[in-house]
Amino acid sequence: MEGDIAQMGQFIGAGLASVGMGGAAIGVGNVAGNFLAGALRNPSAAAGQTATLFIGIAFAEALGIFSFLVALLLMFAV
Amino acid sequence: MAESKDGGLVFKPMQQFEVTPLFGDGPVGMFTITNSTMWMALAIIAVVVLMVLGTRSRAIIPSRSQSIAELVYGFVYQMVEDITGKDGVKYFPYIMTLFLFILFSNYLGLLPKAFTPTSHIAVTAVLAVAVFVAVTVIGFVKNGAGFLSLFWVSSAPLALRPILAVIEVISYFVRPVSHSIRLAGNMMAGHAVIKVFAAFAAVVAISPLSILAITAMYGLEMLVAGIQAYVFTILTCVYLKDALHPHH
Repeated sequence: MEGDIAQMGQFIGAGLASVGMGGAAIGVGNVAGNFLAGALRNPSAAAGQTATLFIGIAFAEALGIFSFLVALLLMFAV
Repeated sequence: MAESKDGGLVFKPMQQFEVTPLFGDGPVGMFTITNSTMWMALAIIAVVVLMVLGTRSRAIIPSRSQSIAELVYGFVYQMVEDITGKDGVKYFPYIMTLFLFILFSNYLGLLPKAFTPTSHIAVTAVLAVAVFVAVTVIGFVKNGAGFLSLFWVSSAPLALRPILAVIEVISYFVRPVSHSIRLAGNMMAGHAVIKVFAAFAAVVAISPLSILAITAMYGLEMLVAGIQAYVFTILTCVYLKDALHPHH
């Protein structure tokens, strides 16, 4: 019984941690969408900013990866 | 990955990340040759074959392998020069090595039955901590105590600067963590998703859908493998730029 409740908590925690990935999705979409909006206004400047785009996406995505990692740790390592 | 005895689905998406000894099945020690070692060695061999054998003829009109090698070289060189400036170019060999090793580890890991060394935080953490230590040492050697002005944001209002300094110091020390976990997490997540869809392929009703999904995910993973190698390298360049020119 004790173990069952602990396991239930583990699963609920892993599910809750996965919610953070939605935040990363919003962040990445925001970065890419704003880049596209800017690029369509001034296409000649877009090519020089792709590196910045990827850095921005990487930073936004890292936090989603962290939440994924927490979920994995709860599922397999605890 | 097949159906189990009582008919339920068996999901073992993490099985592919197990480090096992290549010869025999003893415990994995410090110097045991494992599948991870083998795939890292294969990545290095692939890099050597592309860069050394591919460019050996030095033809004016390059062969296919030579033009790939030149393309990769030019791409990374351009990236280092654009971001770090002229004085960062002497660190180009290390950054090129990092890029090629990560790129080939990622791509070789996409082969069926392969092992991805970069999906392990132990591997990526070594790469990221090496970059972190190197960048910190370079920063102090080049700028002396002036490197600390990286944390003192002179463009902010004076009252905010101490608070910003604390945040900057924290974000500086989180760098190796996010740097390594980003690569390992992306690799692990993509491969685990493919294996989860592969488990669904055992159910006859949805197996065509599942196989389509694997194909699509595989295409996405090809993209992610390249982009993550690129992101790791470009962040290395950004950190190096901070060390060479710490003034905001």
